[in-house]
Amino acid sequence: MGPLVPLQNISNELNLLIAFVIGLGFGIALEQAGFSSSRKLAGMFYGYDTTVLKVFFTAAITAMLGLIFLSFVGLIDLDIVYVNEYYIYSAIVGGVIMGAGFIIGGFCPGTSFTAAAIGKIDAMWFVLGSMIGIFIFGETYSIFQELHMSGYKGAVKVSDVLGIRDGYFALLLILVASAMFWLAELAEKKFRRDDITKEI
Amino acid sequence: MNPYLAGVLLGMVLLVSFYLTGRGLGASGATRSVVIGAVSTAMPEHAEKSQYFSKYLGNNQMKSWLVLEIAGVIIGGFLSGAWAGRLKLKVEHSPKISPRRRIYFATLGGLLFGFGSQLGRGCTSGAALTGMSVMSLAGFVTMMAIFGTAFALAYFFRKNWI
Repeated sequence: MGPLVPLQNISNELNLLIAFVIGLGFGIALEQAGFSSSRKLAGMFYGYDTTVLKVFFTAAITAMLGLIFLSFVGLIDLDIVYVNEYYIYSAIVGGVIMGAGFIIGGFCPGTSFTAAAIGKIDAMWFVLGSMIGIFIFGETYSIFQELHMSGYKGAVKVSDVLGIRDGYFALLLILVASAMFWLAELAEKKFRRDDITKEI
Repeated sequence: MNPYLAGVLLGMVLLVSFYLTGRGLGASGATRSVVIGAVSTAMPEHAEKSQYFSKYLGNNQMKSWLVLEIAGVIIGGFLSGAWAGRLKLKVEHSPKISPRRRIYFATLGGLLFGFGSQLGRGCTSGAALTGMSVMSLAGFVTMMAIFGTAFALAYFFRKNWI
């Protein structure tokens, strides 16, 4: 029965080795998706390359269905799987600041690491910038503490908010994602930029 | 790689992480560990007095789970790039802007992303992608805030990209 690390007697060393191996897979998946190019990532917001949307939703749905299946066959205890806690205001304001960082910088933290790994100098500066941003947050925490901690709702699931079973929510998300994939394919034709896409 | 196939691959890595550890993937948390490691080495008293950094002191930050995961990300990214013939030291930028301008914007974007990821409790990996996979409302809200804002601001930064 999983998850293995919290439920079985796994040593700290083995847990850290697991972290490294999972990271290898994460890095290979991001780089193979083409996310080591900021011009490819930014294409999402101008319509000429919608890889971000396709990879993001396919990955979320794959993992979501996998969790439902593993739970169904009794291989994982979903009560022990961490569900992100919801603080209304910091989730929204933090997300808005991150969105500005995305369109200005062209990366998110995970993709900046893979891009830096293959030699993108702009990605190395993005990583340095994110360190400075985290340092500034730590130094100015007294100003933002109230915003950071207010509106606590706990580990709320969307399926609970909608009052439907997890499986139905997964089905709903698949339908919504399929509609978005169809729109994304249309956008890539309408906003085609061969001059950019042949370079990335 | 076909984007849908890459998505399935990424989803499988995420699922393995859930099965093994009960948690998903992360990125900005590793950067925070490095920042806190640096602050507590250079200014140990300052780190302990800091209301935010002191929450994460205690065990050896550099050895933490997310730091090793990101070490794997960097090596995995390098291997994948080597295999695909994409290893090249360069500043990638639109021909309409200078490399210097690209670096200024990349640094500023990183700064905002780093700050926002602390306020929002995780970035695109740990909050949005991982959160969505476990159907967390926080994950969906953060994802919509990130992508909604980037779309809303795209017009103003179009010169950098198109």
